[in-house]
Amino acid sequence: MNKTVNPNELTSDDDGGPLYVAQKKVYPQSISGTFRRIKWGLMAFCLGVYYLLPFVRWNRGLGAPSQAVLIDLPNSRFYFFFIELWPQEVYYFTGLLIVAAITLFLMNSVGGRIWCGYLCPQTVWTDLFYAVERFVEGDRRERMKKDKSSGLTLRRVGELALKHTIWLMIAWWTGGAWVLYFNDAPTLVKELVTFQAPVIAYIWIGILTATTYVLAGYMREQVCTYMCPWPRIQAALTDEWALNVTYRYDRGEKRTSVKKAAELRALGEHVGDCVDCYQCVAVCPTGIDIRNGPQLECIQCGLCIDACDNVMTKIGRPTRLIGYDNDINIHRREEGKAPIYKVVRGRTVVYSAIIAAVGSFMIYTLATRSLLDVNVLHDRNPVAVKLSDGSIRNAYTVRLLNKSGYDRVIAIDAYGPVNLTTHVVGADSVTPDRPMIVIPRDSTSELRLLVTAPADGNPEKSIPVRFRVTDIGLGEVASTTDNFVAP
Amino acid sequence: MTDHHSDIDSVTGRSTTGHEWDGIKELNTPLPRWWVICFYLTILWAIGYWIVYPAWPLISGNTTGLFGYSTRASLAVELANLDSVRGEKMVALAAAPLADIEKDPALLALARAKGKTVFGDNCAPCHGSGGAGAKGFPNLNDDDWLWGGTLEQIMQTIQFGARSGHAKAHEGQMLAFGKDGVLKSDEIVTVANYVRALAGLPTRKGYDAAKGEKIFAENCVACHGDGGKGNPEMGAPNLTDKIWLYGSDEATLIETISLGRAGVMPAWEGRLDPATIKAMAVYVHSLGGGK
Repeated sequence: MNKTVNPNELTSDDDGGPLYVAQKKVYPQSISGTFRRIKWGLMAFCLGVYYLLPFVRWNRGLGAPSQAVLIDLPNSRFYFFFIELWPQEVYYFTGLLIVAAITLFLMNSVGGRIWCGYLCPQTVWTDLFYAVERFVEGDRRERMKKDKSSGLTLRRVGELALKHTIWLMIAWWTGGAWVLYFNDAPTLVKELVTFQAPVIAYIWIGILTATTYVLAGYMREQVCTYMCPWPRIQAALTDEWALNVTYRYDRGEKRTSVKKAAELRALGEHVGDCVDCYQCVAVCPTGIDIRNGPQLECIQCGLCIDACDNVMTKIGRPTRLIGYDNDINIHRREEGKAPIYKVVRGRTVVYSAIIAAVGSFMIYTLATRSLLDVNVLHDRNPVAVKLSDGSIRNAYTVRLLNKSGYDRVIAIDAYGPVNLTTHVVGADSVTPDRPMIVIPRDSTSELRLLVTAPADGNPEKSIPVRFRVTDIGLGEVASTTDNFVAP
Repeated sequence: MTDHHSDIDSVTGRSTTGHEWDGIKELNTPLPRWWVICFYLTILWAIGYWIVYPAWPLISGNTTGLFGYSTRASLAVELANLDSVRGEKMVALAAAPLADIEKDPALLALARAKGKTVFGDNCAPCHGSGGAGAKGFPNLNDDDWLWGGTLEQIMQTIQFGARSGHAKAHEGQMLAFGKDGVLKSDEIVTVANYVRALAGLPTRKGYDAAKGEKIFAENCVACHGDGGKGNPEMGAPNLTDKIWLYGSDEATLIETISLGRAGVMPAWEGRLDPATIKAMAVYVHSLGGGK
């Protein structure tokens, strides 16, 4: 907060100290240039993905959802193209969050607040809302003038109505797209327009419409400055080599008007390139002056770079008076040395290594994970039962997970140091020695398994047992171990 | 306190709070106005909350709030919902033939879940939480059944009990041969050893096997059958197997023969509804010993 504040503008109480300040409305001016084009492209991409992804189809066979990306809460399933995750596989999300966090760190140590400036939903939607505002009400000066004049003409009312209508429509679509990720999109759209969708869908659309409208239409830079923890965190993550949107004061100072600069240059004197035109301030969506150095409020969207480049081109001076740079290079240039850009350094290498390690581990586990799984829980009371012929029986609760899209016929076998026979309660008695069970697709089945050791082969106190579940048709095998206990 | 307006930090041009420590002054960073408004709105919200929800303790009870909400009432609603959901499933369970329940995975799961809960509430005090039993209280996991181990027989025992006083209860008991003067004490020792021999257990040195056989034939065969194989009609246990309800050592056998045994299993018909009894029969049968 290096911003100079005039105390007279602050609201003050009787004590004389200003306790709170009104939000200062920012009127960013339109601009064109490299970074603006990048921002338009990323905005189109991000919003396109967000709005259209629910409609992408993915064939998973009959009876399974055909939506590529779907969070199926009632059935506790998450679908992402060819991946289907169960609640017990939530660790993949942990991995994803680790990768996401470290990617943010990496971005930050390479190029500053890339996330904030280009990708954050708050930035993207605010940018879109500003574009609408500019389209309806005109550019910076016009908007400032219109807001200052108190008279409400018919034209002004019409403009405001149009702006808020478009804003609300965008906000409504944002909420609408959100709920489509939780249900079959085409079906839900049909239900929504015929008012047959579940109430909760309308409630969520309402909530997200409200948050989008308020956050992108009114709160804007306040979200970044006061609500978001990331600006504070990123300050701790950046280092002296990280490139940030920087005013190259070595080149810019001392600020001189165009005319005077030409005269002084003719005399061979050193003058700065900054002509104090305030274009960088005019285009800034957070209303700051980049020339005051790195600031908490700066989201590093790069629009001031475009603004300054345009001016520099016009006055025939080299561009990138504002650019991605750091203090080290500013000092090096002051000393007449060439700037150095050090992207490969300790922290970027470590971050990349973590991303690669966690990412490849996740891909490996995903690729090799079994679609058939078995868990066994030994009965606790009683742990062992002696039968009338002296043989010993242990009972287990077997939980079978069939993550595939088809029913399976499986057999359960128990192997140990002694000859063990198995019986599944309720199992088909056609094969009494080798119980065969049908486990339905995409579900969990719980069975009661009885394992008996003959009287003449009574084990010691406890012996290890391996339980093997075999898919009769496909030969897929899952196994686990437990103990067989004597009374 | 100094006048803040005149107290401007020279480096930043910002006003300070007027607090100074060792020459360091704290800058005044005012809150955004919307933040303060939100703060006051939360206070208003809290007041609204007091009015519509139960909030303040009174000398007896508390303020109930305009919405009339109570956690107890919402629990009652949820329990009623649960009952109605379960009710449908229990109807299906009640309608299904007993023998078919174990063949239907869904019904089996329901019967086992229901049976386990009811077992814990009603049966566990004697039979143990997993049906492991105790001395005098049969282990329900093994394959030795006093009154028969088929589904029907188990259900019948649960319905009417044994020596429970119910008209249809299992009757028949181990007589007190010693106490009632039927056998003399040396005869009791002899027959106890004979029973141990039947089960393949070691016998006392010098015991008269022929005499034991004679006593057994005259007094025990009527219920326990030839060779002591038992009779589920009478609740007479098989004396040749490895499972003993009261114990197989000589002293315990002498006690059993002398004083008799007549453990009681209560009748559950009338206390539990038919569907629940059915679920329990399936649960006990599925513990592993069911025939």
